[in-house]
Amino acid sequence: MSVVRHRLFWPVAMLVALLLSNLFFTSGFFSIEVRDGHLFGSVIDILRQGAPLMLVALGMTLVIATGGIDLSVGAVVAISGAMACQQIAGLDDQGAVGGVLVAVALALVLSGGLGAWNGFLVSVVGIQPIIATLILMVAGRGVAQVITDGQIVNVNSPPYKTIATGFLFGIPVPVIIAAGVVALVAVVTRRSAFGMLLESVGGNAGASRLAGIRSRRLIIIAYVVCAVCAGVAGLMVSSTVSSADGNNNGLLIELDAILAVVIGGTSLLGGRFSIAGTVIGALLIKTLDTTVYTIGIPPEVALLFKAVVVVILCLVQSPAFRAKIARRQPAEVAA
Amino acid sequence: MPESEPLLVMRGIGKRFPGVVALDGVDLRLFPGEVHALMGENGAGKSTLIKVLTGAYHHDQGDISLAGESVAFAGPHQARQAGISTVYQEINLCPNLSVAENVLIGRAPTRFGRIRWSAVRRRAEELLDRLHLNIDVGSDLGTHSIAVQQMVAIARALDVDAKVLVLDEPTSSLDASEVDQLFRVMRGLKEEGIAVLFVTHFLDQVYEIADRMTVLRNGRRVGEYRTAELSQLDLVAAMIGKDLAVLEDIEEAPRREVAVLERGTPVVSADGLGRAGAIAPFSLAIHKGEVVGLAGLLGSGRTEVARLLFGADRADQGQIAVDGEPVALRGPQSAMRQKIAYCPENRRTDGLVEELTVRENIILALQADRGWARPVPRGKQDELVARYVRALDIRPADPEIPVRNLSGGNQQKVLLARWLITEPKLMILDEPTRGIDVGAKAEIQKLVVELSDGGMAVLFISAELEEVLRLSHKVAVLRDRKLVAELDNTDGLDTDRVMAAIASGGVA
Repeated sequence: MSVVRHRLFWPVAMLVALLLSNLFFTSGFFSIEVRDGHLFGSVIDILRQGAPLMLVALGMTLVIATGGIDLSVGAVVAISGAMACQQIAGLDDQGAVGGVLVAVALALVLSGGLGAWNGFLVSVVGIQPIIATLILMVAGRGVAQVITDGQIVNVNSPPYKTIATGFLFGIPVPVIIAAGVVALVAVVTRRSAFGMLLESVGGNAGASRLAGIRSRRLIIIAYVVCAVCAGVAGLMVSSTVSSADGNNNGLLIELDAILAVVIGGTSLLGGRFSIAGTVIGALLIKTLDTTVYTIGIPPEVALLFKAVVVVILCLVQSPAFRAKIARRQPAEVAA
Repeated sequence: MPESEPLLVMRGIGKRFPGVVALDGVDLRLFPGEVHALMGENGAGKSTLIKVLTGAYHHDQGDISLAGESVAFAGPHQARQAGISTVYQEINLCPNLSVAENVLIGRAPTRFGRIRWSAVRRRAEELLDRLHLNIDVGSDLGTHSIAVQQMVAIARALDVDAKVLVLDEPTSSLDASEVDQLFRVMRGLKEEGIAVLFVTHFLDQVYEIADRMTVLRNGRRVGEYRTAELSQLDLVAAMIGKDLAVLEDIEEAPRREVAVLERGTPVVSADGLGRAGAIAPFSLAIHKGEVVGLAGLLGSGRTEVARLLFGADRADQGQIAVDGEPVALRGPQSAMRQKIAYCPENRRTDGLVEELTVRENIILALQADRGWARPVPRGKQDELVARYVRALDIRPADPEIPVRNLSGGNQQKVLLARWLITEPKLMILDEPTRGIDVGAKAEIQKLVVELSDGGMAVLFISAELEEVLRLSHKVAVLRDRKLVAELDNTDGLDTDRVMAAIASGGVA
């Protein structure tokens, strides 16, 4: 009973159900094999392909906890990738690790700056978050184009390629990066008072002010963290294809990220947030994407299928909906 | 008077929440043409019972019958259709809509699917007339005082053909003349044969208006009484279920002696402090160990004074000095640095973060002062919280439950605890006893006395003059957003003289 009451019970149950359903279509779905000392398998693929979404959703969780939202993460994914690729393309030796590191650092610093801009608009200027970040969502794609002179920049850099396709101790590098960032953010928010103060600001901004919380700084930090997470995701996305496409990299990832956060049990109204929930939410969405392919849904209805599953998912999770179903059946008996 | 048939009967009502039995076999009978008071301390189950009655909660046990027929409400809407209308303690209206829209929202007369605005206005005016309220129904609700908003909520409840009217703490934010006005309305409704269920913490009001009462304690019914047959003392005993020593301690305590205080340099002094549109420039000094009461009608500027002294609003003229040194209060943080604390009037919107736990709410101000990077160690948190949960008798004594699940009195104590752990020099208490039960009220009053005996300066704001006089060394009187008088609380001072000062706008 108490297991069912846990707030992550339903997301986890849905994830497990979705994974199991794949077994009907792919018998070897859960098999993981070691090839050349590297792990391979469908589940590993989900983890690897889900890493960028997990990172973006992680940052989004903090922003949503403040009662805000960040629509610009997709654009930041594109800008970060564009910045890194443009930088690498200009190197004499694209295989030089030092040069690649500089490019990565530049991309992340730029991402952080964009996050600070969002946070500034929201907390200092006082623009509603959905509008404030909409500015960068729209303008950001243009910024990415400007960085790459309107071209799709292709790079041929083994070190950069490693970010998305490499292995460390047999585990895909993007999975390690995502796990590391998730762990870092989780530890910092919960070990310091950052998480609690963020929840306080998101839960009741007026009361938080009267309790002496300087919400401005906290909100800016949340947007910066969110943008840096999106920046890391942008490196992965562009590294996967070794090119930066300002128009298409990270397209619509903000919506999947928001969905992952909500599935994970964090309210869009702000307040209490759950990083574990977000991770499960992101995996759920990626599993769903994979399922669409494995069961051979035609591409033209794939999005519709996904939408239907997401609606069912949200309904199953809603305590109000479950209560309604539960009440309808035994009501006659009880009365 | 022969016993008529009850209009509404609730029998054996039970309601459980996770970990809590909120109601356990409670009976309630409402008679037509009677005002029935529902009494009990905070957490006794009054609000839960009302929510069951109005369909907001679904009860686990028991049954409800209305006019002899068994009913089960799936939601508030059905209850309202059946003739049970409610005005909740917290006003559930939309401040950004007009008065007329608020009165008739969801029930606006339409023609061919279009709202007939002239009919809406006319109907709203009629309903407000019934309450003798004369305001422009086209104005935004938010521009009116809480008292007027309350009346609008009642007008809204009366619009449907109500057989039962539930008033949950309708008087907690009304001043005396507004209460009289409300009571006139309630008597009128009685004569129309409506059964009125009245929830309040003001015992005097119960004796003035109620015919009958039901007393709850800890989710059970203690009994049903005719008001004429139960003395006030017995009522209080029934409500709190313990001897009245704690109450009498406070009631009988001699008036605080002014002479005891050494008035050296004030802890906090305001000199010509003011803010245009909020409060006219005032000067006020609060000394170590002194309780200064702020008296005045609703809207006279009491909260505005508090907010200026805490830096929640910025003064546009005058100065504040702490321990004789002028300081600039740029916001709540800088007031906290000066060891000034403020428990706001509206604890739910301005005080607590409801989804956070009791522990987190208590630790919040201290943590805010330290900044996010320097967390109060968990062991230290648990120790501090445990100490104050015990000292203030916060119930349930579980620091890890959301503060939302606590009753009003206990929430107020959580707020007090939040500021007490910051060890302030000046504690500003804005209506700390409003809407909480007698037991908790006495405890908070006692706490104020203890704090000031311990050397803390207290600014005590309350609409209840008796309470202000009982606790304060000095009473500052506000009227129309001006500080009009400062009265030493010596033997000669009584509520009549304070009233006179409020009424005349000068020293009586």
